[in-house]
Amino acid sequence: MKRIYAIVRKDLIIELRSKEIISTTLLFSLLVLVIFNFTFEPGSQASRELAPGILWVAFSFAGILGLNRSFIYEKDQECLQGILLTPVDRGSLYLGKFFGNIIFLGIVELITLPLFALLFNMEIINVLPSLLLIIFLGTVGFSSVGTLFSAISINTRAREVMLPILLFPISVPVILSSVKATGAILRGSDLSDISSWLKLLAGYDVIFSVLSYLVFEYVIEE
Amino acid sequence: MIKRLYLPGFLFFMVLIIGLYSVFFYAPVERVQGVVQKIFYIHVPSAWVSYLAFFIVFIASIIFLIGSSPQWDTIAYCSAEVGVIFTTMVLITGPFWGKPIWGTWWSWDPRLTTTLILWLIYLTYLTLRAYGGPGSSRYAAVLGVVGFLDVPLVHVSVKWWRSLHPTPVVINPQGPQLERSMFITLIIMLIAFTILYLLILSIRVAISRLEGEINELKTVSE
Repeated sequence: MKRIYAIVRKDLIIELRSKEIISTTLLFSLLVLVIFNFTFEPGSQASRELAPGILWVAFSFAGILGLNRSFIYEKDQECLQGILLTPVDRGSLYLGKFFGNIIFLGIVELITLPLFALLFNMEIINVLPSLLLIIFLGTVGFSSVGTLFSAISINTRAREVMLPILLFPISVPVILSSVKATGAILRGSDLSDISSWLKLLAGYDVIFSVLSYLVFEYVIEE
Repeated sequence: MIKRLYLPGFLFFMVLIIGLYSVFFYAPVERVQGVVQKIFYIHVPSAWVSYLAFFIVFIASIIFLIGSSPQWDTIAYCSAEVGVIFTTMVLITGPFWGKPIWGTWWSWDPRLTTTLILWLIYLTYLTLRAYGGPGSSRYAAVLGVVGFLDVPLVHVSVKWWRSLHPTPVVINPQGPQLERSMFITLIIMLIAFTILYLLILSIRVAISRLEGEINELKTVSE
């Protein structure tokens, strides 16, 4: 537990000093929202119907950027070797990175969400708890496999391009359920109406967090 | 090596002849769909072989990750290649069948969508092998495990997604009640395709073993 905390703390300190991950991914997700907004008439019915999809496009694209950074730092300065020399086992390294990614992505999402509501003219205050629950479950699912694949992609020749290629097909269930659940909530449904989506998200989160934790040791080289 | 394949090759040839005879002369022409329905006898066995192939990838990947014997890695790689080819065949024969029957080349039916995602996951697998650089066999094995376990979740999510918006085209989810002769024909073709899969897989494994030997000889001669 202490080791996991040490990894998270290390990443948070680096981020507090440079603010690189959060600022770049936040700007990127805002750009996605703005650019997609140009594809239809402002305030039209289409924009309301597509809004949940666009929100999750913004989240997942920003997520890819953030996840990519998570191991590139370690690789560029050979820091990974340093971490592996410390008594931190691979599993704790995975969990530390995983929690760190959830925190970074969560901050970006929390800032993006009100701006999304503003730009797309959505009423979100009443449904905020349900929305936050969906976003939390979606982010955990996306980051679980994402952290694992991030460690893989930095070691490949294609590097940055590899992560989205790896991650998007695998996270189809997460993105699909999150978009559907968000859409239903924004249209005024209850949490009970989307319970099947939430269960699917939670199931995905559990299965792939555990699985990624188990196989992580195979993707980190000696 | 090739000589050992004479017998299974001959067996495949015989079963295929019997299968094709059954397809065209034994199984009756479907009353509603007409002769187009014969694609069924290619389409379904191809789908079966792709699932079988990806299951073999999954098993071989686990064995490789635990014991890291390169033999299982080769089997996983070759099986993924064969699986992608057969999934491509499913995706090609599907629209040829769908166009005259459903009136559309493509429909986002759960099974179609799952097959498409499946195809994308294993294309990624092959991409990872091609551009992975050193260590790519372990990364691919991880993807072979994660990807296979993802398929049921993908299927559930796209099924729920479609059930919320029923498609205008009529697809009977139970499938047509097969007539006895059609069922027997299907079984013969399934056997033929399974032998074909094993045949291609063993030839492919033999080739990659030769590749390995040649590379070894090259390094020795240099």
